[in-house]
Amino acid sequence: MTAKNIRILIDEKACKKCGLCIAFCPKKVFISENGKPVIANLSACIDCKLCELRCPDYAIIVGGEEIEQ
Amino acid sequence: MRKELEKYFRTDKLPHIWCPGCGHGIITGAVIRAIDNLKLDQDKICIVSGIGCSSRAPGYMNFYTLHTTHGRALAFATGIKMAKPELKVIVLTGDGDCSAIGGNHLIHAARRNIDITTIVFNNSIYGMTSGQYSPMTPKGAFATTAPYGNIDRDFDLCKLAQSSGATYVARGTVYHLPQLIKLIEKALKHNGFSFVDVVDICPTYFGRRNKMGTAVAMMETIREKSVTIRTASKMSAEELSGKIVIGEFYEENAPEYTEEYAKIIEKAQGRI
Repeated sequence: MTAKNIRILIDEKACKKCGLCIAFCPKKVFISENGKPVIANLSACIDCKLCELRCPDYAIIVGGEEIEQ
Repeated sequence: MRKELEKYFRTDKLPHIWCPGCGHGIITGAVIRAIDNLKLDQDKICIVSGIGCSSRAPGYMNFYTLHTTHGRALAFATGIKMAKPELKVIVLTGDGDCSAIGGNHLIHAARRNIDITTIVFNNSIYGMTSGQYSPMTPKGAFATTAPYGNIDRDFDLCKLAQSSGATYVARGTVYHLPQLIKLIEKALKHNGFSFVDVVDICPTYFGRRNKMGTAVAMMETIREKSVTIRTASKMSAEELSGKIVIGEFYEENAPEYTEEYAKIIEKAQGRI
């Protein structure tokens, strides 16, 4: 998968603003906006899915074209 | 949530009630992913829990589930496995539920080597009842019932499980997710009593009272304290104090309890 095909979806209703995704992204893809993760650097994403795996509220999906809003 | 995982959840019950940053959601997600990776039959799985924050997990999971009395998850699970040996029985339990109230059930389930997978959500505290110390609370840590610090000595559940006869014993953490999912997969595949101690975070009751900061800071602490078994084997007892040793501690193939019981039935009926 090339970098440009990566998509990250954040379910804002499910997010409880714990900040784990922002803090532990190895490529610093997210920035915090009042505690909520905002995708600031999508091109840096390496599709490791650690944010998705560590999200306690199942609010993040990282993938390619197969994931839909 | 990922579409292909939705079938494993009771989505009408979500979002769950766990606090922001609570590791329970992470472990529940890891269990679901392990089940999905192994392509286990959803209708052949029964998830059993006791009482506590952790034990709410099966309520969100779309399998046969049983929410039992405090500490007795393994006792109920033993009954289920004996009656329906074809089911994959998974016990999700907290550290207090498993090591204090249900300590004896853990010993005997392990001793019998009954094919049950036990995942301990080990957050070092009784979270649901607002933060009393549990047997897993480290020495010196604070809790509502230990306002001057806990004087109990540190306790290692993996050692207890292993010495009781568990045939698969491992420890993971809520920080090391890919490894945790693999450990749970291995535990699920194991025929016999498998035990995975998962070092968890409770930012609300354990974290606040011990001034450990946010969920992020608690995760960083886990990351700093964790050492693999391989590294640990080269460290002295002093160096290891306060560390979290992670990885697979023990694995063996031994006669499984329900299989042995089936043989006894055949013998009693004069078939063998």
